Amino acid sequence: MNSVITTGDALARPTPRLHRHLVEGRALKSLILSILTWLAAILASVPLLSVIYMLIVKGGARISLETLTALPPAGFETGGGFGNAIVGTLAMVGIGAALSVPIGILAAVYLAILGPNSKLAATSRFLAKVMTGLPSILAGVFAYAAMVVVMGTYSALAGGVALAVLMLRTVVLTAEEAMKQVPQRMKDAAFGMGCTRSQVIWKVVLPTALPGILTGVMLAVAGAAGESAPLLFTALFSNYYLSSLTEPTASLSILIYNFSAMPFENQIELAWTASLVLVLIVLVFNILARLVRQPNV
Amino acid sequence: MPVTPLTQVTSASRVSRPPSQADYTWDSLFRSLAYACALGIILLVAYILWEIGRQAVPAIGHYGLSFITGTAWDVSRQHFGVLPQIWGTLYSSLLALLFGGLFGVAIAIFLTQDVIHARLAAVFRTIVEMLAAIPSVVFGLWGIYVLIPLLRPVANWLHAQLGWFPLFSTDLSGPGLAPAALVLSIMILPTVAAISVDAFRRIPYKVKEAAFGMGTTRWEAILKVMLPTATSGILAALVLGFGRALGETMALAMLIGNSNQISLSLFSPANTLASLLASNFPEAGHVEVQALMYAALVLLAITFLVNVVGLGIEQYTMRKFEGRK
Repeated sequence: MNSVITTGDALARPTPRLHRHLVEGRALKSLILSILTWLAAILASVPLLSVIYMLIVKGGARISLETLTALPPAGFETGGGFGNAIVGTLAMVGIGAALSVPIGILAAVYLAILGPNSKLAATSRFLAKVMTGLPSILAGVFAYAAMVVVMGTYSALAGGVALAVLMLRTVVLTAEEAMKQVPQRMKDAAFGMGCTRSQVIWKVVLPTALPGILTGVMLAVAGAAGESAPLLFTALFSNYYLSSLTEPTASLSILIYNFSAMPFENQIELAWTASLVLVLIVLVFNILARLVRQPNV
Repeated sequence: MPVTPLTQVTSASRVSRPPSQADYTWDSLFRSLAYACALGIILLVAYILWEIGRQAVPAIGHYGLSFITGTAWDVSRQHFGVLPQIWGTLYSSLLALLFGGLFGVAIAIFLTQDVIHARLAAVFRTIVEMLAAIPSVVFGLWGIYVLIPLLRPVANWLHAQLGWFPLFSTDLSGPGLAPAALVLSIMILPTVAAISVDAFRRIPYKVKEAAFGMGTTRWEAILKVMLPTATSGILAALVLGFGRALGETMALAMLIGNSNQISLSLFSPANTLASLLASNFPEAGHVEVQALMYAALVLLAITFLVNVVGLGIEQYTMRKFEGRK
C-alpha cells in the first residue's frame, strides 16, 4: 500500500524480454510438437497421393471408348472393358436413391418440423445415427434375407435395396439438419398468413432447405456408388449388359474385387481403370455436393 | 363501383384465400405420410434385426455358444466357430485405432489450433475429406499392388532380426494383418479427424485465450487445456472410428488373407467377421448360410454396442458444452 508506482519508476526499469528464444526449453518443446503434427499431416496425405498417382498412371493407361463400353473379358482374352458394370452401378445407385430419397426427406420433415421433440422423433433420430455405424456388409446380409431369398434370385433390385438402407441415414440426417437451419420467423410469417403446416413445409421450408437436402442426397449417392460389400451377394455379378432388374447385375466395385485377385495382367489393368472410373464417379457427386451447398442459410 | 362481399368471391379467383377443404385433406395426408416415414426408420431397424436374427435362429439352436468359442470353420464337417474371426476383427481394429487414432487426433490439432495458416489448413482438410471418399475396394487394390510389396521387405527384415518377439514371429508372405490394419487405419482416419475437429471447435475461444493470457506456449495450451477439455469428444471420435473399423469389409477381405487362425504376429494372415461374410457368402450352401447369418448377428451385436457407446459419449459432450437441448 505504501509503495506507489509512478510512471517514472516504470520507465526507469528495463523493459522485460517479451520473446522466447527458440532453443529455450518450453519454446523448443512447442516447436518440436508443431513439427511432429506437420509430419503427421504430411504422412497422412501420402496414401491419398499414392492412390491418385496409381489411378492416373495405371488406370489412365487403359482408358478408352472400348474399356468404357465393351463387356468384361474372360480368362486369357485381351482387350475388353466394363461398360455393363458402369450401367449396373448407375442403375443400382438409381434404385437406391429412388427408394431412400423420398422416404428420407419425409422422415426428416417429421424429425425437423412436425414433431422435433416427440418420442418418435427422438427414437428415430437415434436409430438413424446408430445406422451410420451399421457395417455395409450387414445391409447386404439383410437384403439377401429379405429380397434374394424371397425372390429366389440375385437381382439389381436386391442390390438397390441394400444401397437404399445405407443411403437412408445420410439423407435423413443431412435433410433434418438443413431444415432445422430454416429461420423460425420465416415459418412464423407463413403461419401468420394462414398456411396449413403442409403449405409451410412445401412453400417455405423445403425450398429454403433445398441446397442442404441436395448436398445430403449427393453425398449419399457418392457413398453408395463406391460401396461393394452390400452388392456382393445381392446383385452378384454378370458378364452381360443389364436387361432386367430381376437378374444378377454387374457393378464397378465388384468387378474391381473380382479382377484384383485374377492372375491375368489384362484383368488387373482393367481393375485399375475401373477404379479410376469409380473414383471419378464418386468424386463428381462429392463435388456436386459441395457446389449445391449454400455457404449459409 | 360495387364491392363484392368477401364471402361471394370464389376462392379460385383470388391469389390469397383461406385453405380449401382439399388443402386440409392434403395437409393431414402429408403429415401422416411424414409420420409414417419417421416410424419407417424404426421399423426398418427392427426389420433388419428380425430378419438377420430369424435366419440365424437354426444355427443358434444348433451350435449355441460353442459357435463363439469354436475355432474351426469347416464346411464339409459342418463345424462352425468364429473365435479366430472375432480375434482378427478386434485385433485389426485395435491396431487401426492405434495408428488412425494417433494421426487423426494429431491432424485435428493441426487443423484447429492455428499451427498453420487457415488457407493451408483448408487444403489439408480437403485431403482428409477425399481420403474418406475413396471406395474401400480401391484401397484394397492399392493395398495388394502398392502396400504389400512395399511392406514385405520391411516385415521380413523385422522377422529375421526380431523373430523371437511375438509380434514379428512370422514373415509376411503376401496378404496379412499388417497391410490390412494399415489400410484400415487410413480408412478410419477421416472419421476420427472429423469428430475430433468438432470436439476442438466446440471449446469456447476464451478458454484458449485464458491459457495464452497466463503465458503458456501454444503446446502447453493444447496439452494442458485444450486436450483435457476435448477429452470426451475425442473419446467419442475414437470409439466411433473403432466401430467403423470393426465393420469395414472389402479392403480387409482383399488384404487380410482370410485364414482362420489366432496369432499375435502382425505378419500372419488372419480373418475378420466381415471378410468371412464377404468371402464365404456368395458360394455358401444352405447350412453354411445359416452359420454365416449367426456370424452376421455377432458382428451386428459388437458394432451396435460400440456405436451406442460412441454416440452416448458424443451426446454427453454436446450437452456439456451447449447445455441440454
